[in-house]
Amino acid sequence: MTMLTAQKPSSDAAPAARRAGPPLLRVENLSREFGGVLAIGDLSFTVAAGDIHSIIGPNGAGKTTLFNLVTGVYKPSGGRVLFDGADVSGQAPYKLAARGMSRSFQNLQIFFNMTALENVMVGRHLHLDTRLLPALFRFPSLVRKDSEARDRAAQLMADVGLSRYVGADADSMPYGALKRLEIARALASEPKMLLLDEPAAGLNATESREIDAVIKKVAASGVTIILVEHDMKMVMGISDHITALNHGRKLAEGTPAEVAANPDVIAAYLGAAP
Amino acid sequence: MNRILHGRLTGLAVLGAIIAVLPVFLTNNFYLDVAILAGFNAVVCVGLNLLIGYAGQISLGHAGFFGIGAYASGVLVGVYGWPPIAALLAGAVFVGVLAFAVAKPILRLKGHYLAMATLGIGIIVSIVLRTESGLTGGPDGMMVEPFKIFGVELYGEKIWYWVVGVLLFVVVWLSLNLIDSPMGRALRAVHGSEVAAEVVGVDTARFKVMVFVLSAVFASVAGSLFAHYAGLITPAKADFFKSIELVTMVVFGGMASTFGAVVGAVVLTLLPQALTVFQDYQQIVLGAILMATMVFMPKGLLPTLAGFLPSRRRA
Amino acid sequence: MFAELLQYMLSGLTIGAIYALAGLGFSIIYNASHVINFAQGEFIMIGGMASATLTASGVPLPLAILIGCGGAMLVGVAVAKFAVERARDASTVTLIIITIGASIFLRGLAELVWGKDFKRLDAFSGETPIQFLGASMQPQSLWVVGCAGVLIVAIGLFFNKTLTGKAMLATSHNRLAAQLVGIDVKRVVLASFALSAALGAVGGAVVAPITFSYTEMGIMLGLKGFTAAVLGGLGHGPGAVAGGLIVGVAEALGAGYISSAYKDAVAFVIILAVLLFMPNGLFGKRGAERV
Repeated sequence: MTMLTAQKPSSDAAPAARRAGPPLLRVENLSREFGGVLAIGDLSFTVAAGDIHSIIGPNGAGKTTLFNLVTGVYKPSGGRVLFDGADVSGQAPYKLAARGMSRSFQNLQIFFNMTALENVMVGRHLHLDTRLLPALFRFPSLVRKDSEARDRAAQLMADVGLSRYVGADADSMPYGALKRLEIARALASEPKMLLLDEPAAGLNATESREIDAVIKKVAASGVTIILVEHDMKMVMGISDHITALNHGRKLAEGTPAEVAANPDVIAAYLGAAP
Repeated sequence: MNRILHGRLTGLAVLGAIIAVLPVFLTNNFYLDVAILAGFNAVVCVGLNLLIGYAGQISLGHAGFFGIGAYASGVLVGVYGWPPIAALLAGAVFVGVLAFAVAKPILRLKGHYLAMATLGIGIIVSIVLRTESGLTGGPDGMMVEPFKIFGVELYGEKIWYWVVGVLLFVVVWLSLNLIDSPMGRALRAVHGSEVAAEVVGVDTARFKVMVFVLSAVFASVAGSLFAHYAGLITPAKADFFKSIELVTMVVFGGMASTFGAVVGAVVLTLLPQALTVFQDYQQIVLGAILMATMVFMPKGLLPTLAGFLPSRRRA
Repeated sequence: MFAELLQYMLSGLTIGAIYALAGLGFSIIYNASHVINFAQGEFIMIGGMASATLTASGVPLPLAILIGCGGAMLVGVAVAKFAVERARDASTVTLIIITIGASIFLRGLAELVWGKDFKRLDAFSGETPIQFLGASMQPQSLWVVGCAGVLIVAIGLFFNKTLTGKAMLATSHNRLAAQLVGIDVKRVVLASFALSAALGAVGGAVVAPITFSYTEMGIMLGLKGFTAAVLGGLGHGPGAVAGGLIVGVAEALGAGYISSAYKDAVAFVIILAVLLFMPNGLFGKRGAERV
C-alpha cells in the first residue's frame, strides 16, 4: 500500500507555486483497435501546460499505445487529439515535431550508427538547414549553423549529465546513459511538450534518481512533460497530475493524492477487496 | 570539429594525389582504359553508397539509371543531333524525374520488398532498352559519337582519364559534404531508426526519395559520359547483372564509407581483369567474394579495416 | 479464337506450374528463416542440368532425376549451413546479398562442371502433341503440371499431417517459442532449404524438355518464382502456388495478345503492382512493428 501513498512534495517542486496552465494537450474519445482488440477505448483527458503529468496503469493498459497515438506513430481508430489548440489527430510524427512535440521510447530508439553527439544533433533537425544544395556545396552559413548545433548538443548532453560521453560512439555507451541520451535528443528540438516513455525502466536506484533530477530540471524550464512510468515512488513524488489507465480506458484522473486514494486504482493494482 | 575536417580533407587529398600521380604508372592505353572504367564505376558507387550505406535502403536496379543516361546521350546526340552536354543534362533530368516518380511509392516498402521493387524496375528498364531496337539498336546496342564541348572533341584514353578523374573527385567531395551536413545526419538517422527520425522532425519519406534521386542522377551522368567514352552502348550495361555488380562493389568496399565505395569499385573492376587468366572462375570468385564479405565483413572492407585501428571514439 | 485462348492458357499453366514450385520453395524458406533465397532458381537449374547430362550418359530417367534432386538438396543444405545460418542476425540487405552471392557462385560452378551450352532432355513420353478442344498440347506439359500438382499436394500433407512438417510450421510462426518446446530450429532451416531445393530440382527436370537446360535458366525462373510468392503473400504456400499459375497465364496471354517481345516484363510489372498496391499479396497478413 505504501508505494501508492502520495509522497510529501519535495522542496524544489512546490505544486502551489506551479499553477495549472491552460490545456496544452487534449485527448477526446480517443480509441485505437488492432485487429479486433481495443487497445485504447473512448479515452479523454487533458494535460495542462507546464505540468508534469503521469500516465500510470498495469502492463497492457495501453500507455505506450496512447503515446504512439498522441505522437502520430499510430493513427486513431476514433476520437481526436488536440495539441496547442489545433486538431492534430493522425498527423505524421514529423509534423507533430514541428508543432513542438517530442518523445523518448520505451525500447530505446537510439541511432547506433552515429556518435552520441550526432544523436543529439539530429534532435536539432528542425532548427537546421536541411536543404540539398547547401549541403552538397557546403555553404558557409550551413557550416556555421552546424557548428553552433554541435556546441548546443554538447551543452544538452552536459545538462543531462553525459559530458563524459561527448566524444563517444552511441554503441559504446551503457544503457543508463543511453536513456539520458534519448532525453537529450528529445530536448534538442526545444519542444513545448515532452513525452517520456518509461525513462527509468531498467535503471538502478541511483540512475533513477538522476533521471528524476533531469526531469525536474526540464520541467522547471517550462516544458510540459507527460510521463509513463512504473516507478511509483518517482511518479508520486514528481507529478502534478496523474491519469490512471486500465484495459485501454481511463480509470481515474487527478492529483497524486486523489489517484492514490481511488478505490478503482487500488483494485486494479492490488486486486479487488474480498 | 577538427577531427572531422581532418578526416575529410586528408581523404580528399589522398584521392587527389592518387588521381594525379597514377598516369605515371599506367604505361599503356589498356591500363588507362581499366582505370577509366573503374572511375566510372566508382562515380556510380559513391552515389549508390549514399542510398545503401548511409540511408540504409537498397537498389538492385541502379544499372537501369546508368543505362538510361547512356542511351539518352547516344540517341539525342546520334539521332537528333543535340550537343552532348545538353543530352547529358536531359538524360539526368529524365532520370531524376523517373527516379522521383518511382521512389515515392517504392520507398514506403522495406527490406525484401524494396529490393524486389527496385529489381523489377531495373529489369523492366533493361528489357525496354533491349526491345525498342528501332530507337536503341536492340541487343547489339548502338554507336555513340564522341563528346564535343565548345568545339573540342574529347577522344582517347589520355583525355578521358582526366575527365573521369575530375568527375570522381567532385562526386566524392559532394558526397562527403552531404554526409557531414544536417541532411546527411538525417539520412543516417533514417537508417538508424526510422521512427526516432520521424519524431525528431525528419520527413523520412522525403529524405529517402531525395537520396534515391540523387544517386540515380549520379548514375545517369556517369552513364552518359561512359557512352561517349566507349563509343558504343549495349543493353547489357543496364541489366540485372550490372546492378548486382554495383551493389557488390558498394557492399564489398564498405557501406557508409564514401572512400570504401571507391575502393570497392576499383578492386572489383580490376578483379575480372586479373582473372582473365581464370576466365572460367570469374563467377565463382565473384559469388564467393559476395558471400564471404557479407558473412565475415558485413560492414565492408574499409570500415572493417578501420575497426582494427585504435579508436579515438571509445567512451 | 477460343482455341487460341486455350492454347495460351495451357502453355501459361505449364510454365506457371514451374513458377508455382519455385514460389513454394521461396515461401518454405522464408517461413523458416525470413530469408529470401535468391539462389532458388539455381536449384531448378541443377535439377535440369543434372537430369539432362545424366540421361545423356545413359542413366535411366527416374534415377537421373533422383540424383539431380539429391544433388540440389545437398547444395541447398550447404548454402543454408555455410552462408545463411552464419549471418543469422544480419540485416535484410546483408542476407539478400548473401543469397545473391550464392546464386552467382552456383551458376559459376555449374558453368565449370557442365559448360555453357544448352542441353537437351528428351520429353518423358514422346513429343506427339495432344489435341484438346482445338488446342494442341505437348505431353510434357501434362508431366509438368502433373508432377507439380503431386509435389504440391505432398508438401501440403507434409506440413499438415507430419510432426516434422508441423515443427517447421511452428518455427515459421514463432522461432523462439519453437525452440522453447524443443524444436531444433537450425535443423528446420536446413530442412527448409533441402525441401525447396528438391521442389526446384524436380521442376527443373520436368521443364527441361520444353525449355532446354542451360546454366542461366535459373535466373528468370527464380525471379518469376519470387513474383509468384509475393503475389500470393510471402510465406503463404498455397498463395505462392496460385501466384505462380497467375503469373504464368498472365505472361502467356500478354505474349499472345499484346507483345511477345515484352513477355519477360509481365512478371515484373505484376510484382511492381503487387508491391505498390497490395504488398501483402493475395493471402498474406498484415503485421505491425512495436515501438
